[in-house]
Amino acid sequence: MRAINYRPDRTWRLALAFLPFVLLVIAYLVGSGIRLAENPNDKLLPSFAKMGEAIDDYALKPDARTGKYLLWDDTAASVTRLVTGLAISTIIALVLGIVLGLLPVAGATFGPVVAVLSMVPPLALLPILFIVMGLGEASKITLIVVGTSLKLIRDIALRVGDIPREQLIKAQTLGASSMQIALRVILPQTLPRLIDSVRFEIGPAWLFLIAAEAIAADAGLGYRIFLVRRYLSMDVILPYVAWITLLAFLMDLGLRILQRKAFPWFAQARSS
Amino acid sequence: MNAIVFNKVWKEYGDHVVLEQIDLTIAPRSFVALVGPSGCGKTTFLRMLLGEERPTRGGITVAGEPLKQEPDSDRGVVFQRYSVFPHLTVLGNVIIGREFEMSGGFGRLFGAKRKKAEEDAMELLKAVGLLGHEKKYPTALSGGMQQRLALAQALMRRPKILLLDEPFGALDPGIRAEIHVLMRRIWNESELTVVMVTHDLREAFELGTRIIAFERPRNRPEEAERYGARLSADITPKLNGVVLPKGAMITKDIEIWPPKIAGAPGVTTRHGHSTPHS
Repeated sequence: MRAINYRPDRTWRLALAFLPFVLLVIAYLVGSGIRLAENPNDKLLPSFAKMGEAIDDYALKPDARTGKYLLWDDTAASVTRLVTGLAISTIIALVLGIVLGLLPVAGATFGPVVAVLSMVPPLALLPILFIVMGLGEASKITLIVVGTSLKLIRDIALRVGDIPREQLIKAQTLGASSMQIALRVILPQTLPRLIDSVRFEIGPAWLFLIAAEAIAADAGLGYRIFLVRRYLSMDVILPYVAWITLLAFLMDLGLRILQRKAFPWFAQARSS
Repeated sequence: MNAIVFNKVWKEYGDHVVLEQIDLTIAPRSFVALVGPSGCGKTTFLRMLLGEERPTRGGITVAGEPLKQEPDSDRGVVFQRYSVFPHLTVLGNVIIGREFEMSGGFGRLFGAKRKKAEEDAMELLKAVGLLGHEKKYPTALSGGMQQRLALAQALMRRPKILLLDEPFGALDPGIRAEIHVLMRRIWNESELTVVMVTHDLREAFELGTRIIAFERPRNRPEEAERYGARLSADITPKLNGVVLPKGAMITKDIEIWPPKIAGAPGVTTRHGHSTPHS
């Protein structure tokens, strides 16, 4: 049989999905074992037991100095910044994207400027944001907004343009005004696509957040990683990285489920 | 009278002449079928009637008034695809016309008005044979059912003119025959002038009261863009011997015999004579 026709069934699919993860863990265990055999105090590839201790210290016991549970404290700080930034960004993108995509005059006026501004590397703006807005929450959230909203605006404007011309004509022959077309024809069809776009911006949003936290913060997952880096505490960094990855994955999954539940027509239309 | 009149209409894109010198009067309640090869300008013709495109020269009037410059609720339309809104249920797709009409910027109706709209929509869905499917989304419907839905949706605003852009071209022959019966009944029972673009000559003769053939009469490749399609042979522009760039013309304009008159008892459907509606 040709390779392109060989399809795994459900069980196999699940097993195959887990296979690379298992291999990664095994590779780590082997590498860590070799290094620890040579030097039991090696910090680069700590054993899972060592990482377990670190997790216990950070997540389950209060910090000796502040009395806070550091992992949860860091998580709350980071997730609040991330979600606030992405939410602001999403709302801006939805409104401007629809306006730019639907109104030719708005598109002609703001399309090029958005296209140019979206090419500015957001991290290069970080010093400016720190200078202008100080080192507090505002500058971190603004970085996420600046870094993700411009791309989202372009994306939404393009997706609005992808809605078949026939539908706009049809709505007009049913007597719809521009406002009614935006709210009843374009907006509902843009929302599920917006969810897809936001899913792809979760990764960049984390990048900007961690970069901002690394430079100036007093709590946050990125802050903690860069703090313990000074002590080569790989036993803390690795669980933190895994935790961030899990959080990002869960956000992605949550948005996917939201899309399926809230817009049943969209999944149908996509599969047909 | 609501006659649609094309007065010496030309359509050009830059140097490319698509339609030339179209002079045409479409009588109210007629069912005009536009036929012709691909790219002959029949869809451009329909789009001008829709208000999506404007004639480069000449004018179009409906009931003596110049045609509105943009699509509006006096002209309904059904396209071959994408005619219905995928994010609305079958019922939602039909009542949205009323919602656009009766509500403000938000385009939503509530309470008694919505109830009335839903009742009217159910009537229409019954008429097109979609009763029992009102909660489904269009993607769950077959192609034929989607086109029935598109017809019901267009009829909700009671347009005087219904424009059909190859509406049944993608359907299986059996389904097409069924929807032809429905189409003829709709045309017969409502105050409609129908203009339909079709590839299917049989369909044109079966439904139409008048067939208009578009053709590009000149085929020299080096001047292909300079001659558009025209209507019938009886229109030949002779302006003091000056040769104008030629576009599409109507080469054939055929009245169907025996004449079919909308609303008259003589119009048959597959199921026998339909009763006139007044």
